[in-house]
Amino acid sequence: MNRQRLNLWWFIGTLVFALLSMLVPLPGVLEPFKPYWPALFLLYWSLESEDRVTLGLAFAVGLAADLLNGVVLGEQALRLCALVFIALRFRSRLRFFPMWQQALAVLALLLNDRILLLIVRVLAGASLPPASWWISPFVGAALWPFLFLLLDDLRARLRIQ
Amino acid sequence: MARTRDESSPLFAGNAAGTLRLIVYLALAVVLMVLDHRNGWLWRLRYTASAVVEPVYRLAGLPAVGVRTMSVAFADRQRLTEQNQRLREDLLLANAKLNRMAAVAEQNQRLKELLDTQHSLELNVQLARVVGVDLGAYRYQLTLNMGARDGVRPGQPVIDAHGVMGQVKEVLPTTSVVMLITDPSHAIPVVNERTGLRTVAYGSRDGDQLSLPNIPLAAEVRAGDKLLTSGLGGRFPPGFPVGEVVSVAPAATGMFQVAQARPAADLDRSEDVLLLHDQAEPDGPPAPPTPAGPPADLAPSSASSTSGPASGNNGAAR
Repeated sequence: MNRQRLNLWWFIGTLVFALLSMLVPLPGVLEPFKPYWPALFLLYWSLESEDRVTLGLAFAVGLAADLLNGVVLGEQALRLCALVFIALRFRSRLRFFPMWQQALAVLALLLNDRILLLIVRVLAGASLPPASWWISPFVGAALWPFLFLLLDDLRARLRIQ
Repeated sequence: MARTRDESSPLFAGNAAGTLRLIVYLALAVVLMVLDHRNGWLWRLRYTASAVVEPVYRLAGLPAVGVRTMSVAFADRQRLTEQNQRLREDLLLANAKLNRMAAVAEQNQRLKELLDTQHSLELNVQLARVVGVDLGAYRYQLTLNMGARDGVRPGQPVIDAHGVMGQVKEVLPTTSVVMLITDPSHAIPVVNERTGLRTVAYGSRDGDQLSLPNIPLAAEVRAGDKLLTSGLGGRFPPGFPVGEVVSVAPAATGMFQVAQARPAADLDRSEDVLLLHDQAEPDGPPAPPTPAGPPADLAPSSASSTSGPASGNNGAAR
């Protein structure tokens, strides 16, 4: 019972941490390199514990992210839903990929996410972003192995399912 | 023990129900986006949820505060002394200038009283601090630690020591968001200090320059020209530095000249900014007076008196 509650808190805690990291600004030069943290954390959890991550959760996290940092309500909800749907569809294959292949898959997912964001922003009337805006998915994919191993290691240490 | 194909195997998880759910959620998100785009729900929602949202902003701003504190704590004495010295010199210079200006300002005041104009040189400002939060609109926004409770209103100009930074876009109870002048959807009316040419400076896509896309070909604009707010439009008071022209080139269409300018304000580095309180007096024609007439309930309400001219108009239109 207690362990289950700990599991749940750990799960929620990582998602809250992801939302907070999304808000933390980086120095001006590094700004385009900031990965989209909520997507990475949701991807991790959708690969690791399928029963917890559903489309509804992705939608809720996206709405929370929109409330905190967003241009249009529902924008990140849409992006995260699409991302989690694809990840859940290919979950069993993604899980057994070697790490570099998994990172490439993450890159594809994040690029898809950026394209969705671009479509939404352009339809909402924003101007096209600068070229450096496309760096972020690559940084996210490069960080993926480390994030995955770190979270796995923490989970093993805390004996959390 | 061969598994039949139609048994839902985990390797090909996902089925029609999942797809349907995805479509429902995506449709919901799209509906939300459209509604929000039309009515601006997001900010009303944020205002309602400000008890949750604002502490999160402060929490997310902590790392930036920490870095700032660390940089002061670990700065060497030498550098701090130098900085102090420089600030002293700046203050001395500014005070000297102010003293000289005081006489001019007084003279100006007297002359203006003679001319019976209302413009005042005094500034009514409020100091605000920048909260280090990334609100997801590239780098065209700034978050301040003052909000509706401190009397901040949308549309207030924001300046720093060197020039205009932008204007307040959205207000939460104790937080406000500033749209910078480099935002591509921002425009500010400017005047060339040297020649008096009036034009409009837009933000640019790169986020650190201003662009002036419609300068007449006959106008003379050089690199190095200073741009000031012109006060047209009534949003920004006149006479504040906006930027400095960096380059001028003919436009691709050949109809105008296009100039690029560098903002005068330290958009990236400012930690403290000033909120201007008195809005500029709107220049230009006064607002049309509200039509004075008898109250509506006293107006002749018979249908014949109103339908007469209306039907006549219709007849003329046909």
